[in-house]
Amino acid sequence: MGNPMKIRAAVKDGVTEVKILMQHEMETGLRKDADGTLVPAWFITEVKAQYQGRSVMEAQFGQSVSKNPYLLFRFKGGAAGEKINVSWMDNKGDKRSDEAAITAA
Amino acid sequence: MNIKSILLLALVANGAAYAAEAEVSDSDRIAQYREMISDGNPADFDEMRGESLWKAVAGPKQATLEQCDLGKGAGVVKGAYAELPRFFKDTGRVQDLESRLLSCMSTLQGLNADEIAAKPFATEKKPSDISSLATYVVGQSKGIKMAVSVKHPKEKEAYEIGKRIFSYRAGPYDFACSTCHATSNVRIRMQDLPNLNVKKDAQAAYTTWPAYRVSQGLTRSFQWRLNDCFRQQRFPEPKFASEATVDLTMYLAVSANGAAFAGPGLKR
Repeated sequence: MGNPMKIRAAVKDGVTEVKILMQHEMETGLRKDADGTLVPAWFITEVKAQYQGRSVMEAQFGQSVSKNPYLLFRFKGGAAGEKINVSWMDNKGDKRSDEAAITAA
Repeated sequence: MNIKSILLLALVANGAAYAAEAEVSDSDRIAQYREMISDGNPADFDEMRGESLWKAVAGPKQATLEQCDLGKGAGVVKGAYAELPRFFKDTGRVQDLESRLLSCMSTLQGLNADEIAAKPFATEKKPSDISSLATYVVGQSKGIKMAVSVKHPKEKEAYEIGKRIFSYRAGPYDFACSTCHATSNVRIRMQDLPNLNVKKDAQAAYTTWPAYRVSQGLTRSFQWRLNDCFRQQRFPEPKFASEATVDLTMYLAVSANGAAFAGPGLKR
């Protein structure tokens, strides 16, 4: 169970802009800690966004994405007051899902 | 997919990746990148953490910090940072935000101030409560004009001492703050150095701290900023929330007066 995401979505002229800020360590698996021990890889592998039960964005993440990733995308459609659902999964199988209401921009 | 993803504009992770655009200078690109991620600042998470700490019962006295007086009355957080440092009657001295938080944590919650001050900064493994609290308080002054007073004689004194510390040369490298921060248009490695004697530069610098440091993955407080400046000058490590650090903060805060506070910021 990861930490909550911060999601903002706003619709303007029929296009919804979604901004997602995720909380994740995003360890590459290549870094050593102060004692010289390898820090195991731990990163988000998959991000999905759904609107009214339909997928509007799917992304595959890897080690090269930084800590606390920020993702912005736009999709055609969306209405103020409707919900957008974002979920991610990491390489340890941990999952997180959050929801936000679309506002009028 | 019924609804078409028309644009996957920025798959950014606080580390740029953008579609090619014609003829834009590097500094414009940096400014553009900053603007793009400005509302995706991970310092928000630290603010959230700080807010819950502010409202959480803690310490031997089992109290929250909600009665903490940051200068605008007990419990008033909104706009408090824009008027700090200031003189506090109850402690009889000028305090910056972090030294004031330290006072509140010890008087209201009964926590040991020396213990907190011994390890005040966040590390990769352990977040810092006092830093997160500061991030929260600072966020409540966003957009508010800096108005730090030097009316009280103690405030005036702190300002004058701070000003002298700014140009006080010492240490094995014979450095002062002013060695790097009193010349315009210079940089260290790739970082533009603000000339803190110039109002505009001083305002831009002061109003964007505390900040999330992308290179460290942590939100850093103003006390940390000063601590690290002294480290870079090879000075002895200043004591957390000590008079010298508060006085220097006073000098820098007053230099930023008139500008709208814009923190917590986002830095490389």
